[in-house]
Amino acid sequence: MQLNSHDIKIVYSGMENLERMKRLPVRKVFDEEVCCFLHELSSAIRMDKECRDYPDLITFGFFCRKANIERLKNEYAEEYRIGRGFSFHIAPSNVPINFAYTLAAGLLAGNICVVRASTKDFKQTEIICRLIKQIADRQAFSTGKYIAIIQYKHKKEITDFFSALSDIRVIWGGDSTVEEIQKSKIPPRCMEVVFADRYSACVMDAKQILKMKNWKEIAQNFYNDTYLYDQNACSSPHLLYWLGTKEEIEQAKRLFWDAIDEQIKSKYRIEPVIAVDKLTMAYRAAIEKSDVRIQTEYANLIYRIELTELDADSLNFSCPGGSYLEYSSEEISGLKVIATKKFQTLSYLGSNPKDLADWVIEEGILGVDRIVPMGKTADFSLLWDGYDLIKEMSRKIVVQ
Amino acid sequence: MMEYREILEIPPYSMDKKEKELYLTTYLSDLTKYHYVNCREYQKILDAVGFDVEEIDTYRNIPFLPVRLFKEYDLKSISEEEIRKTMTSSGTSGQKVSRIYLDKETAANQTKTLTKIVSSYIGKQRLPMIILDTSALLKDRAAFSARGAGILGFSIFARDKLYALNEAMELDIEGIKQFLEEHKGEKIFLFGFTFMIWQYFYQELIRTGFRPDLSNGILIHGGGWKKLLSEAVSPEQFKEELKSVCGIKQVYDYYGMVEQTGTIYMECECGYLHTSVFSDVIIRRASDFSIAEEGEEGLIEVVSVLPKSYPGHVLLTEDCGVIFGEDTCSCGRKGKYFKVKGRIKNAEIRGCSDTYAAKFS
Repeated sequence: MQLNSHDIKIVYSGMENLERMKRLPVRKVFDEEVCCFLHELSSAIRMDKECRDYPDLITFGFFCRKANIERLKNEYAEEYRIGRGFSFHIAPSNVPINFAYTLAAGLLAGNICVVRASTKDFKQTEIICRLIKQIADRQAFSTGKYIAIIQYKHKKEITDFFSALSDIRVIWGGDSTVEEIQKSKIPPRCMEVVFADRYSACVMDAKQILKMKNWKEIAQNFYNDTYLYDQNACSSPHLLYWLGTKEEIEQAKRLFWDAIDEQIKSKYRIEPVIAVDKLTMAYRAAIEKSDVRIQTEYANLIYRIELTELDADSLNFSCPGGSYLEYSSEEISGLKVIATKKFQTLSYLGSNPKDLADWVIEEGILGVDRIVPMGKTADFSLLWDGYDLIKEMSRKIVVQ
Repeated sequence: MMEYREILEIPPYSMDKKEKELYLTTYLSDLTKYHYVNCREYQKILDAVGFDVEEIDTYRNIPFLPVRLFKEYDLKSISEEEIRKTMTSSGTSGQKVSRIYLDKETAANQTKTLTKIVSSYIGKQRLPMIILDTSALLKDRAAFSARGAGILGFSIFARDKLYALNEAMELDIEGIKQFLEEHKGEKIFLFGFTFMIWQYFYQELIRTGFRPDLSNGILIHGGGWKKLLSEAVSPEQFKEELKSVCGIKQVYDYYGMVEQTGTIYMECECGYLHTSVFSDVIIRRASDFSIAEEGEEGLIEVVSVLPKSYPGHVLLTEDCGVIFGEDTCSCGRKGKYFKVKGRIKNAEIRGCSDTYAAKFS
């Protein structure tokens, strides 16, 4: 089929003809040249002045650094693992840097990568593509040929085209995007990795929190987990589960929210539509749940909805942009009712992660793919959402 | 509690700031208590924010409900048996619509209130009326939309009425000629929705060259500017252009919503919308919902003493606006005078003619 090139914006492509990319040989996982390429990219990000304004770019650069890639490589030290071929990635529209991570994973797994980046004009997309071009233009690298970054408004014909070429299709962006993209057929042997709607919560150990002094750091960590992406990432906590006695929790809450308020006041500007959304959602919770308390002492930046009961649909009553459900208990066991398959990241402040992991295993809980400290929820890992991205996107050859 | 009929005795634009503050606080405190007792959802919301209905210092502190809540829940302070009429906002397919439940008393008060406000503009006499819309709109009573409700509401001022558009949305030139002939020399009342008037009346007059003489006419229109502003038609231009094609000199916009039917905000001769004795507006900052200064743009909260069968007396709209002053407008009317700047970004499309516009754009 022919594509109308007016509908697609090619932000970066190592080859003029995207279809021809399909003929490139696949490479083994953590191929030397790919590792070098990422290492170069990491250095370029570190040196680039423009990058300094974007903490998410710096974090991505840090992920690609040599030491980290070498460390990760050791975990896949199998001799006969090789890429699957043409990988087509649909990055989410709300997290600017995600397209770069899915690209890095696809390359490390040995594949040709076509990535549809968000159509929003994120500066991060532009910068990464500029740096990739800069590195690829040096003759030493052929990795550039394996990369195409494109943008297009959701249009089925275009998705059809790339899906038909795919050996791997990776869909980020939640249930509705997955459903929309899956209307486009993939070949029978094509592997698919999908990221559906998930939600996340944070356990707050009040007793430990009362001993904490590094409030600036804590507030920055919480900011990175939430406001940095408007609380829109699936790993961003929407429920804070407070552990402790009533008195401990009350004091800890004050300390915590005061510090957060101090941190975000100057940083975060709230859009009118978000203010109205948050108010509406809080009132919906008040109507549908019993004995809800809405705490608004920190103005519209922090909307806290205190629940007296937790049930399976409680998480439906929060919305992006700084709206938090809060629940208090002396036991972790109360968290079980919301620990469904949709529960992705369990972050913590003050708790022992091993205790939390033991609890997940002992209770045989369906959800919880990650247990990470506050501030690390958005950190990318090759193990994401219960998938090992390298293994999903590569194949192992049996040699006897 | 002060009786509503007592309020109806007050001329709509006569009360000054100080007196109004006191009266609104007293009346709305009682109304808030009434809804607290009679509407379970309202009670739960007020309890959740820790609002004490016995301690209301000023009506400005009464929690405002986002209008969107009327799309999600059946909010009413009357029993099922008392419902006489259910009003819905217009919405395109797939969009949720607001449902407003009226009993006999509130429905009657809506009509009386609208009459008070509008007759202060067009006089107490009923007038020959041209509705700048299609008769088809009222055929399907089941789908009683805000546009239909508006037309029906304003029809009480008509002695004899004509729909300017036929069911195929075509301008009925012959009908208009005949109607104007019959009512030669009389004052004519015209009503319609801003976008519909522009698209199906003004544009048709331009296209056909038909120039009815409406120099005796008085036009009241509402429904929002979104579509027209996107076509770069300003309110001033709207008035001028209409005048040039049919000679009409008196053209008044109004701001209102199905959630507070009756207490509309009429435009004055100086181009500002006005609160009446039945209503108030408060502009709030998105950052903390604090009250904005005069001249500062923010979210519009609308306050009405009318809604008794449903808790819609204090609402937060999804519109932005600016207040320019209170009691000091050069038109002579008391009350706050303000302008609406448009819908907040990304909000659902609401309003009457805008919805029609959305479907056809």
